[in-house]
Amino acid sequence: MTLATRTFSPKEFKRRLRHGDVIFDALTLTAAALVLLTVLAIGLQLWQQSQFTREAFAWNLVFSADWNPSAEKFGALPFIYGTLQTSLVALLIALPLGLGIAIFLAELASAWVSRTLGFLVELLAAVPSVVYGLWGVYVFAPTFVKPTGEFLQTFVGFLPLFSGSVSPQYSRLAASMILALMILPTISAVSRDVFQAIPRAQREAALALGATRWETIWQVLIPYGLSGILGAVILGLGRALGETMAVTMVIGNNYNLVASLLEPGSTMSAVIAGQFGEAASSDAFRSALIEMGLILFVITLILNMFARLLVWRVARRVPTELRV
Amino acid sequence: MLATKPSERLSMFTRALENNPQENVTTTTNIKMRVQNLNFYYGTFRAIADVTMDIPENRITAIIGSSGCGKSTLLRTLNRMGELVAHTRTQGTVLLDGENIYDRNMDVVLVRRRVGMVFQRPNPFPKPIFDNVAYGPRLLGVRGQELEQIVEQSLRDAALWDEVKDKLHESGLALSGGQQQRLCVARAIAIKPEVILMDEPCAALDPIATYKIEELMLTLRSAYTIVIVTHNMQQAARVSDFTAFMNMNPQRAGVLVEFGPTKQIFTNPTKPETEDYITGRFG
Repeated sequence: MTLATRTFSPKEFKRRLRHGDVIFDALTLTAAALVLLTVLAIGLQLWQQSQFTREAFAWNLVFSADWNPSAEKFGALPFIYGTLQTSLVALLIALPLGLGIAIFLAELASAWVSRTLGFLVELLAAVPSVVYGLWGVYVFAPTFVKPTGEFLQTFVGFLPLFSGSVSPQYSRLAASMILALMILPTISAVSRDVFQAIPRAQREAALALGATRWETIWQVLIPYGLSGILGAVILGLGRALGETMAVTMVIGNNYNLVASLLEPGSTMSAVIAGQFGEAASSDAFRSALIEMGLILFVITLILNMFARLLVWRVARRVPTELRV
Repeated sequence: MLATKPSERLSMFTRALENNPQENVTTTTNIKMRVQNLNFYYGTFRAIADVTMDIPENRITAIIGSSGCGKSTLLRTLNRMGELVAHTRTQGTVLLDGENIYDRNMDVVLVRRRVGMVFQRPNPFPKPIFDNVAYGPRLLGVRGQELEQIVEQSLRDAALWDEVKDKLHESGLALSGGQQQRLCVARAIAIKPEVILMDEPCAALDPIATYKIEELMLTLRSAYTIVIVTHNMQQAARVSDFTAFMNMNPQRAGVLVEFGPTKQIFTNPTKPETEDYITGRFG
């Protein structure tokens, strides 16, 4: 028997299949490396392509509030503020609501109600953002956001955040509230899964000590699942920071720096999406938009790292075998 | 075929029974809990059928029987933990000092304060040892020095104080399995319940930790009424004053076959089923 014929024996064929492991390992490694490379490539490109404005205006783009592309004035402060403001307000609205939904679905509702309602909540995530925008402008803003704004102005109007006139249709509050609706399914679905993953024994331990449901949820379940809930918040915040379409449609695209939630404003993603067509003719304009993209990228990166750190710090307190 | 005769097999328990201080059985005592015509259903399946038994005060009552015969289910009806599972139904009465805990006006939170529980697997909270024990008293509004005293006393009563007094602020999960279970006992007695239910408390423990829990049960007996579910018949013979033997009826529902002083159940059972189970001729 020569070596050449041995190559085609069934045994050898099996061996080769096993050596497919090497190929498979290489494939998965490549796929994983691609993720890293893509992130690096995006960061690098954003950095290079924004060279013009970075050199011409230095930090002015971040700290100046004057946005007038035809006069080559590129101050993105109103948009940076708008992005952070709408995202954080959205989170502030969506977190208690989402947590409430999660607790109801996981702890209180019967299996049938939990399944049905859970499905509906997840369906909210499937609605295209342009539909949210359209509904926001014509239905949600006039019927719900405007009265809310008027209410806030009447009672806490002395705060800069709720000062100024109440815009009937377009406002940062409308954008925040639409964003809250859009991140609600993420926060509630992930938190619900977190609650459902908490061992029964933890609940029973508290209940057997005469704790009420409320005490069990607040003192035992939420601390236990905190790292998972923080994870849900990160996912929600990530979506809110980057959301473009619905925000552009309801925020009113006002380029002035105004503190108030009740007036129209803009966000970085809304400006980039709204103006990249006009920017094609001007190097400075295009560079300014790309630099804004870079800022958005960096903010998201920092927030994610910060949130990871929080998750890690919380998770460290719970041994691995009990981690949700 | 086993060569030994049933009577010889019964002697397996002689030493265990000798180690058991039996004087508690002859002296009379109050009936702390009364289970009357109790039925428990999971959906349409009847898991417990017509159980009636009395649980004497300041005694250890063991519930033995084969797997799946409803021992734990019965135990969990005694502090209404059974109803936490969806689609369950309880029928009949369980009297605690003459009051039906299933009465419409009965507050389940108060029932569970009076009837505490220790579970099969140690389940401390992922919190410091101190906070684990302090959890129950804090719910009742105890704070400050009084709280510290209760925590220390509970840990002492659970025979854990000397091992943990210098690390009260370390996580309860950092303890060994046996220590965790004693921590759970300390946590349960910190709110001074009247009855302590133990659901196979040694199932996840090694023999030394088991021994310590058994010692603990014997010392706690003077202050508490204890009901323990166990798979370990030696354990039942060693620590319990009274033993309830459960079995499955043909519909797979758990029934109480025999209840009596532990010594009598293990040496001179009245029902052939009990004797079969105890001598290992079961099934």
